[in-house]
Amino acid sequence: MRVELVKRPQQSALFSALSPFIALVLTLIFGAILFSLLGKNPFDALYFYFIDPLREMWSLEALTVKAAPLILIAVGLSICYLSNNWNIGAEGQFVIGGIFGSILPVMVPEFQGPLLLPLMLIMGMIGGALYAAIPALLKTRFNTNEILTSLMLVYIAQLFLDWLVRGWWRDPKGNNFPRSITFSDDAVLPKLLPNGDSANLGIVFALVAAVLAWILVTRTLKGFEIRVLGGSPRAGRFAGFSSSKMVFFAFMVSGALAGLAGISEVSGAIGYLQPTISPGYGFTAIIVAFLGRLNPLGIIASGLILGLTYLGGEAAQISLGLSDKVVRVFQGMLLFFVLGCDTLIHYRVRFVGFAAPKPVETPALKAAEGA
Amino acid sequence: MSALNGGQAAPLLEVRGLTKIFGALKACDHVDLTVGKGEIHSLLGENGAGKSTLVKMLFGSLEPNAGEIRWQGQPVRIASPSAARKLGIGMVFQHFSLFDALTAAENIALSLDDNTPISTIAAKAQALSHAYGLPLDPYSLVGDLSVGERQRIEIIRCLLQTPRLIILDEPTSVLTPQEADKLFETLDRLRAEGKSILYISHRLEEVKRMCDAATVLRHGKVVGHCDPRKETASSLARMMVGNEVQAVVRQPVAGMDKAAALLEIRNLSRSPATPFSIPLRGISLNVRAGEVIGIAGVAGNGQGEFFEAVSGEAMQADAGTIRIRGKDAGRLSITGRRLQGAAFVPEERLGHGAAPRMKLSENLLLSRYATDHKAFVAAGGMVKTSAVDAAAQRIIEVMDVRKSARDPEAAALSGGNLQKFIIGRELDRRPSVMVVNQPTWGVDAGAAAKIRQSLIELARSGSAVLVISQDLDELFEISDAIAVMHNGELSKPLPIAEATFEKIGLLMGGAEPGHAAVGMETA
Amino acid sequence: MGIAESILLTIATAATPLLIAALGELVVERSGVLNLGVEGMMVMGAACGFVAAALTGSPWIGVFGGIVAGAVFSLLFAFLTLSIATNQVATGLSLTLLGLGLSGMIGENFVGSAGERLPSLYIPVLSDIPLIGKLIFGQDPIFYMSIALTVGVIWFLFRTRTGLTLRSIGDNHGSAHALGIPVIRYRYLAVIFGGACAGLAGAHLSLVYTPQWVENMTAGRGWIALALVVFASWRPLRVLAGAYLFGAVTIGQLHAQALGLGIPSQLLSALPYLATVIVLVLISRNRRLTMMNTPASLGRAFVPDR
Repeated sequence: MRVELVKRPQQSALFSALSPFIALVLTLIFGAILFSLLGKNPFDALYFYFIDPLREMWSLEALTVKAAPLILIAVGLSICYLSNNWNIGAEGQFVIGGIFGSILPVMVPEFQGPLLLPLMLIMGMIGGALYAAIPALLKTRFNTNEILTSLMLVYIAQLFLDWLVRGWWRDPKGNNFPRSITFSDDAVLPKLLPNGDSANLGIVFALVAAVLAWILVTRTLKGFEIRVLGGSPRAGRFAGFSSSKMVFFAFMVSGALAGLAGISEVSGAIGYLQPTISPGYGFTAIIVAFLGRLNPLGIIASGLILGLTYLGGEAAQISLGLSDKVVRVFQGMLLFFVLGCDTLIHYRVRFVGFAAPKPVETPALKAAEGA
Repeated sequence: MSALNGGQAAPLLEVRGLTKIFGALKACDHVDLTVGKGEIHSLLGENGAGKSTLVKMLFGSLEPNAGEIRWQGQPVRIASPSAARKLGIGMVFQHFSLFDALTAAENIALSLDDNTPISTIAAKAQALSHAYGLPLDPYSLVGDLSVGERQRIEIIRCLLQTPRLIILDEPTSVLTPQEADKLFETLDRLRAEGKSILYISHRLEEVKRMCDAATVLRHGKVVGHCDPRKETASSLARMMVGNEVQAVVRQPVAGMDKAAALLEIRNLSRSPATPFSIPLRGISLNVRAGEVIGIAGVAGNGQGEFFEAVSGEAMQADAGTIRIRGKDAGRLSITGRRLQGAAFVPEERLGHGAAPRMKLSENLLLSRYATDHKAFVAAGGMVKTSAVDAAAQRIIEVMDVRKSARDPEAAALSGGNLQKFIIGRELDRRPSVMVVNQPTWGVDAGAAAKIRQSLIELARSGSAVLVISQDLDELFEISDAIAVMHNGELSKPLPIAEATFEKIGLLMGGAEPGHAAVGMETA
Repeated sequence: MGIAESILLTIATAATPLLIAALGELVVERSGVLNLGVEGMMVMGAACGFVAAALTGSPWIGVFGGIVAGAVFSLLFAFLTLSIATNQVATGLSLTLLGLGLSGMIGENFVGSAGERLPSLYIPVLSDIPLIGKLIFGQDPIFYMSIALTVGVIWFLFRTRTGLTLRSIGDNHGSAHALGIPVIRYRYLAVIFGGACAGLAGAHLSLVYTPQWVENMTAGRGWIALALVVFASWRPLRVLAGAYLFGAVTIGQLHAQALGLGIPSQLLSALPYLATVIVLVLISRNRRLTMMNTPASLGRAFVPDR
């Protein structure tokens, strides 16, 4: 069977809106098949994945804790990807943001007061932005592929954090556990609800960032610049936009948001530094960005969905004994279907059966040659 | 076989009712065509008439939706270019199908279906190239070759397959008049050898001169078969275009040489930006208020590099190299030069002059956000969408841009309509300096006439207009003087009264690098 | 066995998976396709290779399992990017993400279990030659495959008509299509070959290098292989040189860690990644050189008219 693509004269508005939903449905179907193969009742499994976590207040709060970093990072990534800058090192920028933001509470624990937390958040953003500026600098100055450099910097950031919490920043009273001292109360991100369980201000940052980014991308000249340079770089240069400045802008904005997510996670959800501070948020956010079709408002929804898979994974592990590895398979599958369905926006897809005859030489042709 | 057909040999190629549909567009609609043995048959039609689609079906690159192809009287189905080659059909593409990173011999090898060693192919190609007077070094890298040399590779490649029918798609559009004459000699020889040629062109003079028969296409349909030798250029044009296209009117203006130069280029040089680009050497030129200066030249002689340097996409080290309205602009970006009153239209419409996947209104903003900042951008960098939209609709109206939706994506427009919009976008500003690269490349005759007329009118209203074009007819139609670009150098402009095809052609071929033969020094 | 000899031996062992994966990707990129899923295909090869060997008790079946896993997994990428023209960068990324997840699931019950090690081949007499004997004639079978693969890829790309055709597609897929070359079919085969190579490289990790299964055990080697292709300017022999250079860096830092020089082990572990960045910067600084060597249609989707 052959697949034929016929270019649409205009992008299909219908499929622009529908494609993420088609992808979700396909993922659910294939997920159900996967669960059956693993010997679980697919309906139970899907229930624990997608419905059960939504039934209780505490778990809704937990959802915001998972979704906040995903949304924050993905909003930044959407600006990168829209401008055709392939930052895949958000995980590293997240880690460095966590480290930079922790400088004050770890190194100057006596510094207290209402200024502490805002300073930590700002330093986290600066850390993430500076770390993201490295691949941007290498790309603009030396023409170095940003995909590979930003990814390599993830490993380096993780090793740096590992070294910090096992060495320089290790809590001397921590029984040799690889972790920093616990943050003081002033250094902890406040709870969202006064009597709430786990939800913290992180989700507010995420929502504000998404709305601001949406205005930026769709309503302002800067957003126009982002889209032009991403879609047709040469037309962007003709317009007089600088692509190197855009590389820095996109990388540093997304680095700052990843850094903010990093310090929010450390300060809000963990309370101290440890060797691992992210269950792969920086990579999952790539999926979030694409599922949201690189639209910051769409990313709010997709961030919640992906956040749900983390919670659902835990629920299914406890209730059904399903491996927590299934979550990542689920997420990976989702991205595949999202990308596949995006084709429908630009092309009409036709399946041409085996029946289509493809004779290279016809008998008539042989006869003609014999003439 | 011949017994079956009786004494009457069937024509080499017969096409009956061939149809190709792309989405809603009938690119070819029941096309009939007959090419006899030893005949040079012309396929005439303006841009978008369906000529390329038709020959792609004959060469097996496209699959027809309906219709029949008969080869020597026998119905055949040509499923792939390789099947076409087996039949004896060869093709010289308009946009060459060559590989820059490979040698000439390797390029040739790729279209031969057998496994002959490269060295044998190289030797054969060299022998053949000598026999036809088309010199060629089989081991040179294609990326380093000129457009004319590339076409030679295409032709040699085609001839090596000993075809019986050769399809040439707009072969002279990239040649100087003199190079074209040599090509015609080769074609004459091939005809004498009994080969048939399907010759695609929209240049009427050469069709009248070369071809034995012609089939005229308009909007995908055959509108007539004729003997071009018995027609006049204007009767052929009428068949091609349908109705008489309004001729462009250009009234010479007196006292132009006293007007102020609005665009001054002084000793512009530029080193090559990419491995395959042309360096510019010491280019100087003045364009005065009220005049249209044309720059002729074979493609790939530095026109693109020149345009980038003048527009400011590539800036100069010395501010005085480019002056716009008497002010140094060499160190200004393209935005800075626009703010000085200049406007630019690049050669490539989709992806350079316009962002393909953006709406026309957004494409208006593309080149106007700085010059019309007050009108289009509000406080906080917010785009005034309604103002931009209104301006876009105004341009669409003035330039008669035909489209399927109110504000469609640029890519959804035909070449001619998009070009009208892009030109209109700049004219709407009333720029004092306008630089256009290939204003009507791939544009239908009606749109081309409109564009040319509007450029002349802009000049006559007091602006300086610089037009870079490969189309000599166009330059002779609109220019007050023509300069020629060859290998990164620019000749002195020749006033239109003194310019002839022959003089310009010689300069295009680089025959007179010192441009002494033209006798401009005394003028 | 002297220390120098054992170091050289381990360098070859560390270089082999990089070399194989990078050669596969080189062929893919020469056809104009950028598959960023090397890491994912490699880790799938490692998991499936290990599991196949553990279940059957035969490391050779493990090697075969790794190759098949990589090839089958690459088909996903091929279908999306070639048949339905999705963005190659994003699709490659998703292949890596899915591969890391799927391999974790496949290998989950095998974490910590003793694996099957592919035995080295000792060619009698020759392997007893001092110093170079074991190095050249006493290696694991995949090492020999990697050398044969290097020679084979050079021969294929630069000595055969099919190789020429593949390079032409990478240079200009539009021209290739106009000449009637089946662009998509060639690219499918190239991508599958790349997948098989990545799978083999992964199997080497879990059957020779460290004969066990650990989640994410490729630890960025797939990405380093991608960087090697750029570093080598798409030339197979330079890939060989680059792979051994990285093998040396990896082994060097391991020995430095063992010696306990007072350098933080994390800094030493970061060396291969740092080296990748530095090497990429050095090679891509020369814009002209990169432009001359990069396959011109690399990463661009191709949709034929028909």
